[in-house]
Amino acid sequence: MPYIPHSQAELEEMLATVGVKTLDDLFADISPDMRPKSFNLPEGMDEGAACAFFEDLAARNRTAMASFLGAGYYDHNVPKAVDALAGQSAFYTAYTPYQAECSQGTLQAIFEFQTAIARLMDLDFANASVYDGGSALFEASTMCVRQTKRSRVVVDEAVNPVWRSMLATYTANQPIEIVTVPQKNGTSDVDALKAAVDGQTACVIVQNPNFFGVVSDFTELFAHAKSQKALSVISVYPVMQAVLKTPGEMGADVAVGEGQSLGLPLSFGGPYLGLMACRKSFVRQMPGRLVGRTVDTQGRTGYVLTLQAREQHIRRAKATSNICSNQSLCALRALIYLSLVGPQGLRKVAERGMALARYASQMLLALPGVTLLNDRPFGNEFAVCLPKAAAPLVDALIERYGVVAGYPVGRHYQGMDNVLLVACTEKNTREQIDRLVESLGGLL
Amino acid sequence: MKTIYEESVPGRATLGIVLKDDPAQPGCADMLPAQMLRGAAPRLPECAEIDVVRHFTGLAELNYSVDANFYPLGSCTMKYNPKCTEAVSQLPGFARLHPMLAQLKAGEKACQGALQVLCDTERFLCEITGMKGFTLQPMAGANGEFTGVSLIAAYHQAKGRSRRVMLIPDSAHGTNPASAAMAGFTAVTVESKDGMVDPEALKAAVAEHGDNLAGLMMTCPNTLGLMETRLKEIVQIIHSVDALLYYDGANMNAIMGKMRVGDVGFDVVHLNLHKTFATPHGGGGPGSGPVGVCEKLLPFLPAPRVERRADGSYGFMIDSGKSIGRIGPFYGSFGVILKACAYIVRLGAEGIKRASEYAVLNANYMRRKLEDVLQVPFDRICMHEFVASAPEGMRALDIAKGLLELGYHAPTIYFPLLVHECLMPEPTETESKQTLDAFCDAVRKVVEDGRKDPEALAQAPRNLPVTRLDETAAARHMILTEDMA
Repeated sequence: MPYIPHSQAELEEMLATVGVKTLDDLFADISPDMRPKSFNLPEGMDEGAACAFFEDLAARNRTAMASFLGAGYYDHNVPKAVDALAGQSAFYTAYTPYQAECSQGTLQAIFEFQTAIARLMDLDFANASVYDGGSALFEASTMCVRQTKRSRVVVDEAVNPVWRSMLATYTANQPIEIVTVPQKNGTSDVDALKAAVDGQTACVIVQNPNFFGVVSDFTELFAHAKSQKALSVISVYPVMQAVLKTPGEMGADVAVGEGQSLGLPLSFGGPYLGLMACRKSFVRQMPGRLVGRTVDTQGRTGYVLTLQAREQHIRRAKATSNICSNQSLCALRALIYLSLVGPQGLRKVAERGMALARYASQMLLALPGVTLLNDRPFGNEFAVCLPKAAAPLVDALIERYGVVAGYPVGRHYQGMDNVLLVACTEKNTREQIDRLVESLGGLL
Repeated sequence: MKTIYEESVPGRATLGIVLKDDPAQPGCADMLPAQMLRGAAPRLPECAEIDVVRHFTGLAELNYSVDANFYPLGSCTMKYNPKCTEAVSQLPGFARLHPMLAQLKAGEKACQGALQVLCDTERFLCEITGMKGFTLQPMAGANGEFTGVSLIAAYHQAKGRSRRVMLIPDSAHGTNPASAAMAGFTAVTVESKDGMVDPEALKAAVAEHGDNLAGLMMTCPNTLGLMETRLKEIVQIIHSVDALLYYDGANMNAIMGKMRVGDVGFDVVHLNLHKTFATPHGGGGPGSGPVGVCEKLLPFLPAPRVERRADGSYGFMIDSGKSIGRIGPFYGSFGVILKACAYIVRLGAEGIKRASEYAVLNANYMRRKLEDVLQVPFDRICMHEFVASAPEGMRALDIAKGLLELGYHAPTIYFPLLVHECLMPEPTETESKQTLDAFCDAVRKVVEDGRKDPEALAQAPRNLPVTRLDETAAARHMILTEDMA
């Protein structure tokens, strides 16, 4: 049997030690009427056949298309060193670092990750990560509800709709009221957000760049929130954070984000990486694992999981969250990625995407009937209005030209069927953009 | 070891790894208004590629791992992670696929291989558990628990009633009450008797909470490693008031091919792919916690759901309109699901059943070998793990640390809370008799040496990168980043 090392002689000796005759005797507590009604799994395969089976399935996915699909998840180059280093089995086959003495590698890496994320966000500290950008948004919301003892959460409709729908699911049975403030042509309606944030508000949640790619400065909104003793939460795209005004500079209390763009493959939806940083005063309300630096009995520096009294295995029903895992290996990848590219490299990645997005927008605007959704500054992603419905055009471009033009936002925003969201990263080229524009032009 | 920030040298850039320098490239100041830019660059490490490679190679050397050491960690199922499943998960045809591509009509056709993996995995998990449908969305075990109890809430709400009480045995994992609370339930503890859920206590709880009882969350075999012998009665009592039974799949590795939780009456189950289905733990994640349900809970499963259509193609089902919504951003931790799928395909029906048989054999063998060294409270066949107390006068913590010194990861300690100075070993099926024998000898040595020289044991481990760490100081000083130092 694969992965079971016992020889027949060993099996017999071990059964004798236990005092039973057959393996099935070990299951005598499961009476005959409780045995499986069926167990129709396929027969096992040898390694070669199993790998061939999955290689064949992989070949049925078309990944070689020129793609401008982003919408919160971006196809960036991943340095080979990320795979090589995070692929060391001493990292990926290790357990959660509860036994600190034999887990210093994982623990120090998480400490370094916490530092990198805190510095990227310009806030005091970060946790060891949560599942993804959407669960980070939820964890931030409940943290603010606990901290303020208020129950209303104001959310900008220009926050990623996938994450907002997760927030709705997670809060469905909690005494939390979600108030969604409509966006205007893909821009955040700051006046309406300010009007919605009052003395009952736990926090206001915005995103930068927002779902439509628009870059904003929320300093004024966050100052207003502060005047109402409400907290400010901002979700960011970590690559763009190399250049954009930071959550700290805007006066945010909590920053969250989807960390996939930092060295993680798109991998059809996960595993991803939830980033979460905040001000020091919230440390005891922070969900998830935290690693702290300390000393051993000989005074040497070492790292441990700390402030565990917040967590479910101690606090049970009163814990800050039920979260038990972090996304340790994903966090490690992000840390290695950031270490390899450094501040200048990350800036270059952000700037290249932005420059290509500007080229793409100019070229698209030259097509008849194509306009920008709004005239606000954008990062590496922007929304255009097409003269007809976007979804069928995107389908046609995939089928005829092997180009994924972007994301039609109509399925998430009423009345926006003609709007197409186009993202560029350093992996895109001007030639690809020319192909996109030419093929789209032929369909308009 | 120095941190990566201490290795950093200002101006030492590794441009060119991801992007060739382009003098014609405009800077951000040319593309965005100044007030939207950050004041100073983030203080990330500035290292050459070789600095980074040496740093993270050095950190890896400070870790224990399944590939290097035996990890008899109870409740965690640290089995060997096959290399071929890792290779499958890295196939570019999967790794490069954007999740939103599948939401476009033409894009769905471009993702057929990935959609089939999801569909096949759901079908396999249904067959292994006897459930009628699965969602793969939950991103970890605790996330699966939350999904499961949310489904229970939706079931009662759809019947127009609000039931608030979730019963949880005192032996349960801490995530159970935390997850129940997140879904709006009040967690009520049921005391166990001789390590088992006590049907009499359940009857009393049912009588007390009556119309307010939503369900019972059970781990089976329970966290003492014992099979619940009165399961049928338990199911009957809970179902008698139309409350639902939740199965915490942490211990699924004990029963595959021997009992299907759906057949015996459980209504909701979560599995941990990173335990039972051999996906690596990654130093604390990513995990994956799929949730299976019985027929009557199918309409409430998270959307979107994948199906195989009559023409053999794969795509998304039409929303039932009753779904609890979205638990993960897309279809689950696909990369993890793919490894579990490959594991099941590789092993097949016989291999999966054998995994449980040998896991239980190994645990019982180890129990017998250690029963004269440790105090084993339950003298009966255990399932895939067992609990023991440290010998009189010794602490479980010291034994754990003594084992680290001898090159073994410690068993789980101080869980479940019911057992005094508890040690909980779970050997898994992938370990050989020689490994188990050597480990048992090590436990014996730690206990014998500890009796002779308790002082020395209290200092263990002395041969690892660090000795015991000051956790109180860590909590007091709260140095969580380089900048808080």
